[in-house]
Parts: sequence; C-alpha cells; structure tokens
Amino acid sequence: MLSSLLHLHVGAVMSFFSFGQSAEIDIVLNDAETKKKVEHKTEDGKKDKYFLFYDGETVSGKVNVTLKNPGKRLEHQGIKIEFIGQIELYYDRGNHHEFVSLVKDLARPGELTQSQTFDFEFTHVEKPYESYTGQNVKLRYFLRATISRRLNDISKEMDIVVHTLSTYPELNSSIKMEVGIEDCLHIEFEYNKSKYHLKDVIVGKIYFLLVRIKIKHMEIDIIKRETTGTGPNVYHENDTIAKYEIMDGAPVRGESIPIRLFLAGYEMTPTMRDINKKFSVRYYLNLVLIDEEERRYFKQQEITLWRKGDIVRKSMSHQAAIASQRFEGSSNNEKAVAQNKEDSN
Amino acid sequence: MKTKSADAAIADTRRLFPKPQNLSDAYGPPSNFLEIDVGNPETVGVGRSRFTTYEIRLKTNLPIFKLKESCVRRRYSDFEWLRSELERESKVVVPPLPGKALIRQLPFRGDDGIFDDSFIEERRQGLELFLNKVAGHPLAQNERCLHMFLQEEAVDKNYTPSKIRQA
Repeated sequence: MLSSLLHLHVGAVMSFFSFGQSAEIDIVLNDAETKKKVEHKTEDGKKDKYFLFYDGETVSGKVNVTLKNPGKRLEHQGIKIEFIGQIELYYDRGNHHEFVSLVKDLARPGELTQSQTFDFEFTHVEKPYESYTGQNVKLRYFLRATISRRLNDISKEMDIVVHTLSTYPELNSSIKMEVGIEDCLHIEFEYNKSKYHLKDVIVGKIYFLLVRIKIKHMEIDIIKRETTGTGPNVYHENDTIAKYEIMDGAPVRGESIPIRLFLAGYEMTPTMRDINKKFSVRYYLNLVLIDEEERRYFKQQEITLWRKGDIVRKSMSHQAAIASQRFEGSSNNEKAVAQNKEDSN
Repeated sequence: MKTKSADAAIADTRRLFPKPQNLSDAYGPPSNFLEIDVGNPETVGVGRSRFTTYEIRLKTNLPIFKLKESCVRRRYSDFEWLRSELERESKVVVPPLPGKALIRQLPFRGDDGIFDDSFIEERRQGLELFLNKVAGHPLAQNERCLHMFLQEEAVDKNYTPSKIRQA
C-alpha cells in the first residue's frame, strides 16, 4: 500500500518523508543591482515588479542550487536553464506557444554532493514582442532552471518583462474626416496624428457643419480591443480605458471644439498587431455625442500606439543602451494612413 | 502645420487652427429647434363612450417637418397606434407609453377612473415625454406615420407606411 501511495503522490510524499535529497533553486541575474525594474500586471490584476529587458540584450546570471539536506547527495538526470518566450491563451491553457526557446545545459547527469552555483549566459537574445498580460491572453518571457530527476523534476521560474521600443515614425499624418447622419448631424473631426507614443498628447478638434439634433455633451473614449483566436473563432474583448468629456452643452453650426488628451495618465500598451498570429491589441478613439434623450452618436477611429525609449541614463547598462538603439521599424501600411485627407506639412 | 523635430522633449499641445465661425451662425437661432407640448385634455362624449383627447402643439425649424407650427388633437389609442407603427416600420427602439390603466376602467371605483383629473395629468406628462423622445429621433423623423400623427388633421389608420425623403 505504501508503494502505491508513493506512486500517486510522488512529489509531496517524497518531500514529506524526506526520502532522498531535495534542493532549492535560485536564479540571480548578473546586473541585478543596477538593472531597471518595471511594474507589470499579473493575471489576477495585481502589480509586481520585474527586471526590464529589451530586444537583443544578453540575459546572464547564476543559478544557485542549495541542497536541503546538506549531508546527502542529489542524484539528477541533468541541470539546465531555459530562456522562454511564450504566448498563453486562457481558453487553451494546455497549449503554450513558444516563440523563443533557448536552453543551456549547466550540468550533465550525475550527482551533486554539495550546494553549487552555475553561471549562464544567453547572448544577445531576440525578444521580438512586448510582454503582455491581458483579459484572454498572456505573453511572457521567463528563465526556467530545471534539475531533471527520474521521478520528479525540481524547477524554478523567473519572469522578466520585455518592452519593445520604436522611434518617431517618418510618416505620421493627421486623421481628418467628415461624418454624420444625413440632414441631422454633420461634423468634421481631426486628430493631429495617427500614431501616438504612450506619453503623447492627442490634439484635435471637432467642427460642426450641421446640428439639427439637441446635443447635451460630447466625449472622447479610448477603447482597447484585445483580439484572440483565428478564423471563425475570433473573439474581441473591448475595454474602455478612458472617458474624457470635451464639450458640455449644445453646439451650433460653425463651432469648433478643441481636444487635448494626455495619454500618460492611462495604462496602455503599444499597439500589437497579429502577434505570432495569435492575438492583437489595438486602440481606438471613440468620439461620442449624446443628445438630450440620451441617444448616442459615435465614430470610432483606430490609432497606433508606440513606446518611446527613455533618454539613455548613465545607470542604464551599456548593453541596454545599445539594445534601445536597435529600434523596431515604425509601423508601415495601416488603414489610418489611407484614411487621411491632409498632409501634415 | 509645422513639422516637429524628432527629438522634441515636450509635445506640441497648441490647438489646431479653427475655421472662423459665421456670426449669424453663432448668434442666430439654432437649427435644432423642436418643441412639443401635450396639453389641454378634454373629455368628449357621454357615458360609456367617453374618451379624453389631448392637444399636441408642435413648433420647429427642422426642415423635415412640413409645418413649422401645428396643433392637433389625439387620444390615447392614437398614441398606441403610433408606437406600434414605429416599432414595426423603423429600427428605432421605441420608448414605452404611460400605462393603459385597465384597472381604472373597471366599475365600482371610488374615483372617476380614467377621467380622474390626477390620472389625466399623469398620463399627459407621460405622453409628452414619449412624444419628445420619439419626435427628436433622426430615424423616427423619416417615418410617414410620425408626421401624420403630429401634423395632419386626422390619423388615417389605413395609410400606406413609407419613409419621408428630403427634397
């Protein structure tokens, strides 16, 4: 009976009875003292701090293996460390889509007689996408050190956060459009750019050409749309990140209402398009007019958000400085460009 | 618009240049004037064939209404007709009417039932609310039934439903 218990609950029973030897793993980065940490949301909504990396930066450090029972030996089938970048869809937890998978062997199968430290270095690791924790999908990067054993492995994970940086786009035309309801409401809206960085300001105006309804107020909402799945199983999750009233009262023909919306105050990510063909995160400006009878008239327009690199500070590691200069090309093609009527000259 | 240097530390938040507004647009009457009052309830008839009519006064400068001022009399069942026409013909989510008050129509009541002053006033308010909501709806304004209800002498329940198109 004892043997069947062991068979079913190997891990727990073994450590409870101190069968054999066990160990604790600790992963420590080489520049842990100086490396910048950023806040990142976890799946349950809490915020934690993680080390920040950029594309191309080397990830190096030490794996400390500490034996729990100092006298006994630890037999193992090999010790390794992996650097993994993966996408996890919440409705399909079993399948992790790994887009980066690097491994370094730290020790061949054998035994450890005492606690030991192993150095590792993943040189100039490609990190093509930004870390993202969303409503239905998560993209994360982590280090995982594993001691392989016959019955149960011992492993430790350490998450890191990756930001993708871009430079000022060469082409950044304004968005200008005339929309309305025939004979009832005609407006012309204009936003100064189509691509905004995360600490940018949206400057624009709404010009009223025809007002035959009784408008009570007007607001601009920022909507984040997370799209997961493909083909017939596409799912959009919309989240209104911001609501900003820009007009209170009834406008008349010829009136211009200014818009000045500071983005730094809102928690947003860069626009992510078709990441590894698994998900997208896009942002839309929704201009909403509400009339006296609470009827809503709205016009949605996509904007591209991008992350600007911070000014290089002395405390930033040399490698991070180089990495932050390896900019991703600014977004090309989008619909926003095609919808423009005006040059920004 | 001036192009900004790529490394500007502070974003340019100056307003976009507005088109100048015509003074007569700025100070003239607004183009969205529409006022509907439901009032002057009158109970006509005798005995069991009595019913109450309400006066509907409309004032507007919206071009979609043929008459800029109109005054007609309608009873509760006319409102019910309008509501069901709009629900069927248009995509509008039509607001509810004030209650039908069937209980008030039962005999042996202590008060005047549906001809009670306070009930008529309550109903009048509900009908006014209803009409203002409906008449201001851009989609409802395209329906023939609404214009017939608001501005024609009588409601022809055998009419042909259609959409109004602006010239």
